Amino acid sequence: MGRYVLRRLLIAIPSLIGISMVLFAVLAFAPGDPFEELATNPNVPAEVRANLRTQFGLDDPVAVRYVRWFTSMMAGDWGFSFVSRVDVDQLILQRLPVTLVVIGLSQVLALLIALPIGVYAATRPYSLFDQIANTFAFIGFSLPTFFTGILFILVFSIHLDWLPFVFRSDIAETGWRWWWEEGKQSLMPIAVLGLFQGASWTRFIRSAVLDVIRLDYVTTARSKGLDESAVIVKHVVRNALTPVVTLVALQLPAIFGGAIVTEQIFRVPGIGSLLISSILANDTPVIMAVTFVFSCLVILFNLLADLLYGWLDPRVSYR
Amino acid sequence: MPRATARISLGAEAWRRFRRHRLALAGALILALVMLAVALGPLVWPVPINDIDFAAKLQSASWHHPFGTDDLGQDLLARMLYGGRISIAVGLAAMLIAVVVGTIVGAVSGMSRGAVDAALMWLTDLFLSLPQLPLLLLIIYLFRDALKALVGTEAGMFILIVAVIGGFRWMPVARLVRAQFLSLREKEFVEAARALGATPLRQVVRHILPNSLGPVIVAGTIDVAAAIIAESTLSFLGLGFPPDIPTWGRLLYDAKDYLDIAPHWALFPGAAIFLTVLSINYIGDGLRDALDPRKVM
Repeated sequence: MGRYVLRRLLIAIPSLIGISMVLFAVLAFAPGDPFEELATNPNVPAEVRANLRTQFGLDDPVAVRYVRWFTSMMAGDWGFSFVSRVDVDQLILQRLPVTLVVIGLSQVLALLIALPIGVYAATRPYSLFDQIANTFAFIGFSLPTFFTGILFILVFSIHLDWLPFVFRSDIAETGWRWWWEEGKQSLMPIAVLGLFQGASWTRFIRSAVLDVIRLDYVTTARSKGLDESAVIVKHVVRNALTPVVTLVALQLPAIFGGAIVTEQIFRVPGIGSLLISSILANDTPVIMAVTFVFSCLVILFNLLADLLYGWLDPRVSYR
Repeated sequence: MPRATARISLGAEAWRRFRRHRLALAGALILALVMLAVALGPLVWPVPINDIDFAAKLQSASWHHPFGTDDLGQDLLARMLYGGRISIAVGLAAMLIAVVVGTIVGAVSGMSRGAVDAALMWLTDLFLSLPQLPLLLLIIYLFRDALKALVGTEAGMFILIVAVIGGFRWMPVARLVRAQFLSLREKEFVEAARALGATPLRQVVRHILPNSLGPVIVAGTIDVAAAIIAESTLSFLGLGFPPDIPTWGRLLYDAKDYLDIAPHWALFPGAAIFLTVLSINYIGDGLRDALDPRKVM
């Protein structure tokens, strides 16, 4: 297992470099100039602008600029926000925990929905339950997150007035009141993301379980006289989960996309809404850094998925 | 097995199988209705999309305005019919880009062994692990002004959005096509063509590609839905089309601050996106059954 972990770590590094290259290439080939504002400002003479350009190394070749940018990103020097006048890493560190909590809890919710429903539907294929579950799964992943969010606000905030639809980061209460308020306002963002993920996972899990459940070793387990629930939980589900882990890892970029939308709808102060607000404010350093953080998160979670895969299917880690 | 008495063409057989999937058939019907509505609707309902009438603002559905009006008193039905054209056009065009790029990458990768294949698959995997929405937003942020200046606001935004969405969705198609090519190129009928002296290009175009199209068509269908959602997402975040091009996502973006007083404004375009995407997903599901000749039904 130790060598497997090490190998996965080593594979993650080239993909991190590849993604950072794509990111930097987009920025480098984009038209426009970070000092455009200075160029239109009549109070700034042209030589000052030229000096600034050389000082920040904007006239160096692309490769040199890339290496400098990447090393400073790795060293934790992420620059300075044009708009809020704070270091970018400070800004992101403030907001990252909220995003991670919302994404993490929504994945837990998705798993809690998808695992029982998917497994139960697969043990009774084409039954009424299976058909209903299938229909709901189709509806679930055809409903875009922004529309589910709006529907939830309409029903639970405006119509029933149960839940607040603006996320507050300055709740004054303490103790269990604080947890109550925090839970109430986090419920809708987590549910929107979790239901969307849960719908597509249900289909993955159902088809993965269906593939496994007809195999001979399952019949063997049954004929040994094992309890049906033991057969399903210990023999079928564990083996069905390996392809599901891969599919979930492939879906990660979409999960982060959904998180951005959800944070924007409910005004959750995470890095997704930071990205949108800095795009609207032309705050390039923050935009680059947030996109970079999202890339790192995708790679990190892919790594975790690989490790989980190695744990679920030990053959993989001995290869 | 006895010879079949009447020859059934591949298309007729696929249609027969598709019809048995009732929800897919219903999806096809709904999608046809939606497309007909956005294509011919503006002729039947010739209300201008930017006719401002403050006396009639934020009205809910009525005979005069079947889908109600927005905060400027503009007719929502007319705006949705017009915006639907853009939404569906974006979906189709982005799907086309994704399928063409994916097929080319997959075909080249599947036909060439060794370094080229490895490099292309590494690129595919890299693209699969890119955080798509943040990158989409970044590219649109960086390039929109230049393209607007080059070809005008409407065309510039359309080209940019279609290219970026298509450019981030070709990877599944490339993987599918490569997998198909790897198995098909070793089949006897391709070997026969090779033995008869068919050039590699002829082998691909005449023999391998037509046989690998089934999964590509299914993936392409699902891609239309995904592209419509992607465009709506961009517009919903306020970074897609400008307000004078009321795509369904843009309408939702404008409506979201009036949810308490004018819920109809958000519900109609949202329902349109949902219905279209659901129909396309069901059609994809039906095609998956219909185009797999090995599947016994």
